[in-house]
Amino acid sequence: MMLTLALSCIAGLLALSVLAVASGRSPVTMRIVYGASLAASLVLLILATTHLLGAQAPASVTLPLGLPWVGAHFRIDVLGAFFLAVVDLGAAAASLFALGYGRHDQEPERVLPFYPLFLAGMNLVVLADDAFTFLVSWEFMSLTSWGLVIAHHRVSDNLRAGYVYLVMASLGTLTLLLAFGLLAGPEGNYTFAQIRDGHPSPAVGALVLILVLIGAGSKAGLVPLHAWLPLAHPAAPSHVSALMSGVMTKVAVYGFVRVVLDLLGPPMWWWSVVVLTLGGITCVMGVLYALMQNDLKRLLAYSTVENIGVIFIGLGLALAFKAYGMTAAAALALTAGLLHVFNHSVFKSLLFFGSGAVLTATGERDMERLGGLIHRMPQTAFVFLVGCAAISALPPLNGFISEWLTFQAILLSPELPSWGLKFLVPAVGALLAMSAALAAACFVKAFGVTFLGRPRTPAAEQAHEVDTLSLAAMFCLATICLAVGILPGLFMDALAPVADLLVGDRMPMQRGVEWLSIVPITDSRSSYNGLLVFVFTLLSGSLAAFAIHRLASDKLRRAPAWDCGYPDASPATQYTADSFAQPIRRVFGTLVFRAREHGDMPAPGDMRPARLVVDLRDLIWEALYAPAATAVTNVSERLNRLQFLTIRQYLSLVFGALITLLLVLAIWP
Amino acid sequence: MRGLSFDVAHLLAGGLVLVSFMQLYQDRLSALLNMFALHALVLTLSVAWQAYIQDAPHLYVTALIALVFKAIVIPIALHRIIVRLGIHREIDKVVGVGATMLLGMGLVALSMVVMLRVTADADPLAREDLAFALAVVLLGLLMMVTRRNAVSQVVGFMSIENGLVLAATGAKGMPLVVEISIAFSVLIAFIVIGIFLFRIRERFDTVDVQALDRFRGERS
Repeated sequence: MMLTLALSCIAGLLALSVLAVASGRSPVTMRIVYGASLAASLVLLILATTHLLGAQAPASVTLPLGLPWVGAHFRIDVLGAFFLAVVDLGAAAASLFALGYGRHDQEPERVLPFYPLFLAGMNLVVLADDAFTFLVSWEFMSLTSWGLVIAHHRVSDNLRAGYVYLVMASLGTLTLLLAFGLLAGPEGNYTFAQIRDGHPSPAVGALVLILVLIGAGSKAGLVPLHAWLPLAHPAAPSHVSALMSGVMTKVAVYGFVRVVLDLLGPPMWWWSVVVLTLGGITCVMGVLYALMQNDLKRLLAYSTVENIGVIFIGLGLALAFKAYGMTAAAALALTAGLLHVFNHSVFKSLLFFGSGAVLTATGERDMERLGGLIHRMPQTAFVFLVGCAAISALPPLNGFISEWLTFQAILLSPELPSWGLKFLVPAVGALLAMSAALAAACFVKAFGVTFLGRPRTPAAEQAHEVDTLSLAAMFCLATICLAVGILPGLFMDALAPVADLLVGDRMPMQRGVEWLSIVPITDSRSSYNGLLVFVFTLLSGSLAAFAIHRLASDKLRRAPAWDCGYPDASPATQYTADSFAQPIRRVFGTLVFRAREHGDMPAPGDMRPARLVVDLRDLIWEALYAPAATAVTNVSERLNRLQFLTIRQYLSLVFGALITLLLVLAIWP
Repeated sequence: MRGLSFDVAHLLAGGLVLVSFMQLYQDRLSALLNMFALHALVLTLSVAWQAYIQDAPHLYVTALIALVFKAIVIPIALHRIIVRLGIHREIDKVVGVGATMLLGMGLVALSMVVMLRVTADADPLAREDLAFALAVVLLGLLMMVTRRNAVSQVVGFMSIENGLVLAATGAKGMPLVVEISIAFSVLIAFIVIGIFLFRIRERFDTVDVQALDRFRGERS
């Protein structure tokens, strides 16, 4: 019943895009499309939440679509319901934001038809219950998001971003196709129920793991498959960037979890080694890339890469513990990973909305051309600060909870029997800790350079606060950040049935713990009370503010800053984003990015100013993507000759192919 | 009866392969067309024999179609075309006769090996028939590859077609509809290619397909 309602909502979304195509670019269309998307995602969110909280039994529906002898199977279980809730929370917030933000879109007719389709695609992926439906929905999601990435196709580089995205998405779908082909086996068992029953051999399992890591990992943004993500996510309109970064990467995580933890059967211990290593590298590389960026949306996109790393560390730990039968620890690690999925979808959407608000108000994405926005956009600045604090994993907000739980799981690693994992997991923990610290630095930079100081350009000086609906969307998400931070036990309990389903155990219930504390393992080991931290922060902060205002500066005055005797200091003399990142660039960048700084001095008599030039090289792109692109170009140039053969040569090719196949058939044992 | 019917069917199918070899050997166009008519005649006999032993009267229709169109109408029409084009004495060869024959023998061996292995548990009559049919198809393809004149390529194409009909009649229960459609497709192909030949002739004064390649700025 609920599933039918959910599918009708999705069908409604599909119909909405037809309406959007038919009715063109009027503002009414925009309001209808985003309003109806908001309504549909709210209904889906409520359905998913009731299913998850009630821990209801799985329901399934088979529609006579798709492959004639398979049909389209849809099923909702607790894992699907959790991800459905994540998808539709993000979708609802993005639709609400877009009701206000969409008014500033120059070409809404390029965005409106794809938007509901994109939402429908993501919803279908998490509901699909056979390989065919899953892959079709997955590709549908990729293609519609590609349409949104190139919506503003006149902006330079957006088409290239779309191209890179399309190539990577096709690669991902191809590997997933192969993975499901292996899982389905020669009998063609395409439904997930059949796949679950047939246990693949260890070799096939390993191959499927690698293929799914490439397929889902490229969509999620695992290093080194992340290259498309910082290009494509910023290129889309901001509410779509929020969806792609906050939600679509989570759908990719869903694909990984569904295949590896659910369909593939009992894991081998070394699977976790692969996942953990990739997760750790992704973490650190993502945040280092993010620190080097001056484009606000690109910084956020790279930060998504980092958070995907955190999620995969949680999932890798869950795999390791599950492989050794330590189900309680596996439940903890899995809960940490999934909670981070939820948290990241909330605060990354919030931050992308904030960057969209800044973009609307100033027309700028480059942080070096912003500054001082806290005076002109105080409310946006406040929610953006909440988002920054949450993503930097500061208590009492939600980012802290999931990263803390991940560390709790890492601290259980000495109990693992395998020596390799005993050494690896603490190392990954060190990487995670380092990336958490660097992420904090990164968001100090993002917030500080954008919102503090003095405006660097007239555009930033004349910024205005954005409309109420956009602000409402951002405030909703900020409230959720705080709510998860203060009441983490509620959300962890909601995840218990998911852990039960995937690793066969659940964390201790947090509902009965007094004073809203959470106790992930036992009382004697560790506990955390978000409410206490929140009240303490609030009290001490207010007290300090009160004391300062009362005792020190009751006469607030604004005066020109001390300018060292040089009058008219330009805003460009402020601390810049580049200068903020310089220490970290010197420490890590010389190794990771081959960063070189050199002064560009003009010749004597030349009037141009001297400059400090920083060269950064993307080694992953140069080592992996550029050679692949060259190889493909070379091969296609060679094969191009096939276009210009004579008729007889073409016939000979057919003849040769036929003879070769017959020979294979004759020689085959 | 069983032994005799098998032997005759075997003989006729083997005869078809033999005539395919004779086609490969002929390098003059008019002789090639005569060989094709003989090819179609053997096919007709083979189909008729199949109709008799399978007790399937509709196969007689197929045999009749093969006789009328492939053994009479098409060879006569092609004869007229090459006479009108003045190419009936032309010699058309890319690969030497000896090499072509050796290749053809290899192909027959290959089709025997493949077919006899694949259809190990089928009816012996159908097995032999399928193996010979595959050999005829491959020989027709070989002819298309080793000839440069468009008429020879048309003949090669229609020999492939004959091989398919042989395979289809060898298997019991092939519906007539398919036969008619195949016959018509060949007829249409013949018409199209006939027009095509005249067009080539008008444009380039030759039916050599290399002229097409030269026209595209390519070397053969």
